[in-house]
Amino acid sequence: MRALLETRLMPAIVVAVIVIILPLLFPSAYYYRIGVLVFIFALAVVGLNLLMGFAGQVSLGHAGFLGIGAYSVAIGPIHFGAPSCLFAGAILSGALAFLVGRPILRLKGHYLAVATLGLGLLVAIVLTNEAGWTGGPDGMSVPGLVLFDWSVRGAYTWYWIAGTTFVGGFVLALNLMGSPTGRALQAIHDSEIGALVLGIDVARKKLTIFIISAMYASVAGSYLALFNGYITPDAAGFLRSIELVAMVVLGGMGSIVGSLVGAAVLVVLPQALTIFHEYEQALLGLIVMVFMIFLRQGIVPSIVAVLDGENDDPGD
Amino acid sequence: MAELLQFISSGLTVGAIYALVALGFTLIYKASDIINFAQGEFVMLGGMTTVFVALAGVPLPFAALIAIIVTTAIGLALHRFAIEPARGAGPVALIMITIGASIFLRGVAQIVFDRRFHSLPPLFGADPIQFGSAAILPQSLVVLASATAIVTLLWLFIDRTLLGKAVLATAANRLAARLIGVDTRRIVDFSFAVSAAIGAIAGILITPIALTSYDVGTLLALKGFAAAMLGGIGSALGAVVGGLLIGMIEAFAAGYFSSNYKDAVAFLIILVVLVSIPRGLFGRAKVERV
Repeated sequence: MRALLETRLMPAIVVAVIVIILPLLFPSAYYYRIGVLVFIFALAVVGLNLLMGFAGQVSLGHAGFLGIGAYSVAIGPIHFGAPSCLFAGAILSGALAFLVGRPILRLKGHYLAVATLGLGLLVAIVLTNEAGWTGGPDGMSVPGLVLFDWSVRGAYTWYWIAGTTFVGGFVLALNLMGSPTGRALQAIHDSEIGALVLGIDVARKKLTIFIISAMYASVAGSYLALFNGYITPDAAGFLRSIELVAMVVLGGMGSIVGSLVGAAVLVVLPQALTIFHEYEQALLGLIVMVFMIFLRQGIVPSIVAVLDGENDDPGD
Repeated sequence: MAELLQFISSGLTVGAIYALVALGFTLIYKASDIINFAQGEFVMLGGMTTVFVALAGVPLPFAALIAIIVTTAIGLALHRFAIEPARGAGPVALIMITIGASIFLRGVAQIVFDRRFHSLPPLFGADPIQFGSAAILPQSLVVLASATAIVTLLWLFIDRTLLGKAVLATAANRLAARLIGVDTRRIVDFSFAVSAAIGAIAGILITPIALTSYDVGTLLALKGFAAAMLGGIGSALGAVVGGLLIGMIEAFAAGYFSSNYKDAVAFLIILVVLVSIPRGLFGRAKVERV
């Protein structure tokens, strides 16, 4: 079992199996809906985790990219008559990340956190104020996705689309981490100066991962908008950004499987507690606080640590 | 000309509030290296608690006093129950804790209070005073005077008292401070308490002009933070100048450009300052040891 677990793609196979088996346990369409939301957020979280967990660069403004993805699938068809520009948002987000990435990623710690936060808020402010394009604070409706005369709708269909895309993004992330770039990023995480001395182009690698993670968030945003059929500037807001970061740290920084767990917990929990709708914000805040205080490693790494401790005590 | 005066007066008023928020940030940052994103919630708690205690029939001055005490207690609790147990965490973890606290306080505020906007009666009536061709609200003068008083008192305190010197020692070098017998934990406690009190006072002062609701904190915190950044984080003088500058720039942007984008100004400033002069206007250059 251990040998199997240690092959690089094993986690991806496990996740793919989960995606396939899960519907067997779903009693109604409502569960498919939640499943879709979990996969969509997990996709964004995997991207953010690449940036935060592996490269060690925090972003408190990732919802900005999510928002760009979401609005591009709405604005494209409505204002330009372009049919479902699923990847236009990703390209746009990638371009924005490319433009601002280099100067911003020079910063560290709090400074980086605040700069990314400012970036995310600027996107949200633009989306709120350009009412002619975006419908302002009330948001706008999103035309359904049409792929070659097949109009994609319904929680059931979206479950498979979101599930497949998530597994795809997951495999991509695993491969990326196993690649020279991935190793370079982990070296940067451990010591930027150490990485520099080894001849790694630190600025360039950080920029690369920033762009990639922005594109993950953007695709997730596009899916979210198409699936919900409606979008408001809240998608790009401060709370959303924090929610994404919370999902990363909850699941475990640097654990790609953790991304799915973190997203699942924060999507399912509010649904399960709808009776306490009023308490949602207080609860989110409390969860973030408690996790950061007592379980800073996140769920999955903590579980792994416990299992490891039991399995191989005397000399592995 | 009248327009100009008007913008300056409204910019200075809002700027004074940003300056107080920035001062709160600075105080906590100096003592503990923590960026406290819940700073804006202190402002909200000050305003909202005063409103609701006053609604319950308590005379306004006492309501304000109660609000300051409650907020100070919450500031202390934040340090004791959320920051202290996480000692040794990295900067990102600490930021997330204070953001969590901020969301938590906001969530609790909308349950304990409500989700509507509230105001307080101004201290000296609502009739504007004519200054040439510009009209200035008496409350604006109250805000400016109080902010000046708070800054002066804080400076006197830090400069002239033993406890103030201990705060400076802690800010300069925590380990050395502990070696010479400063209880640094109490100093950080103290900085959280004072920051919370300053925040609460700012909240009470601005409510007659700008209204308050459970969610005003986030934006205030971010703008106060922008002010602290602009001035150079960790510099008290920088916090005050930064706050006033951001308030003014915002007022001019709203007046001459677009009031929709006035909130964007602070964030643009954050980005520009961080990228071009990361240490701010008054900050000291940080030498990094490898």
